[in-house]
Amino acid sequence: MARNKNRDKQEVNAGSMADIAFLLLIFFLVTTQIATNKGLTLLLPPKQEDDEPLEIKQNQKNVFKIQVNSADRLLVEDDPLDDVTLIREMVYDFVLNFGSPSSEEKDGVSDASVLNSLPAEMRNYINANLRSDDSSDGPSKAIVSLKADRGSSYEIYIQILDELNAAYNRIYGERVGLSDEEFRKLNKSNPKEKALYEKGREGIPKAISIAEPSTGS
Amino acid sequence: MSKFKKKSESSQDIPTAALPDIIFMLLFFFMVTTVLRETEIKVKQDIPRAEQLVKLEKKKLVSYLYMGKPKDENLGSEPLVQANDAFLGIDGIVQWVNQEKSKLSEVERDQITISMKVDEETKMGIVVDVQTELRNANARKIMYATPQKTADDN
Repeated sequence: MARNKNRDKQEVNAGSMADIAFLLLIFFLVTTQIATNKGLTLLLPPKQEDDEPLEIKQNQKNVFKIQVNSADRLLVEDDPLDDVTLIREMVYDFVLNFGSPSSEEKDGVSDASVLNSLPAEMRNYINANLRSDDSSDGPSKAIVSLKADRGSSYEIYIQILDELNAAYNRIYGERVGLSDEEFRKLNKSNPKEKALYEKGREGIPKAISIAEPSTGS
Repeated sequence: MSKFKKKSESSQDIPTAALPDIIFMLLFFFMVTTVLRETEIKVKQDIPRAEQLVKLEKKKLVSYLYMGKPKDENLGSEPLVQANDAFLGIDGIVQWVNQEKSKLSEVERDQITISMKVDEETKMGIVVDVQTELRNANARKIMYATPQKTADDN
């Protein structure tokens, strides 16, 4: 008897293994939501102290004003604008205007040295088309101010913020010979790419100011 | 002629013995990458898309705020703020931030990032109120979580 048993094959039938695995796989495929930690980042200004003056007077030409009303209509530099996507070009030109680049150093770089560090192509563009006296003095002074009414929609706010980030990423990217998309995707844990990232941003702060909205009444 | 005959003699079966292994590998991949939702979102979430997204490196430092109209119609149609599993009043945000901060180690507390998932129909008023509270709570790094804009959206 014992012999008889030994002769029988003791294998488990594995033919349906694939089916079982498929079933589990499909379950996980359907339920998975790969977590996305992506978005537009922003650094809020520090907590407002009561004794601080509400607004430090900036030279008006160094501020690029964007206002949105409760009907989601735009007022850019006091002119109405219908197409949000035009902001990208305008901000690009505004930041790189170099109206009167000072040689005063801030963190080891001055506007004048930033201008000299730009690739020749960008510099030619700036010298030929920009450098207007009515626009910003230099990138370290340029501030983009976004003031959205309390009744404006979040959707338009994100659209504008997206355009502003696009403009800055384009500047940073062009400076190190990348497209804005390539610059955005630089991996900061890789030292080589991190160096490129920092070189692109050096001396050109991303100065996006979200102004306190009017109470709307 | 004999050449052709030889070919037809060979077996035409694809070996499927390795199939379970392949499927298991895929299965494990999805099991590992899956994050089961720990919070049930009670507000409407149609988030506007954007193009210039940045990826956050450290997931541990991120806390989430959800804003939008409540899904439950009994709660009215005014947008509400949800954190974790409950609705949060504007005045409760500072306390919530401090709670979230206390979950982090001492050195990381300043680096806390608040990821805001806001419905596109939300008005800016409530978003600004939340931001003011975040400033008061000294949680200045914020992110507007948005999905990537795809080409066919344009």
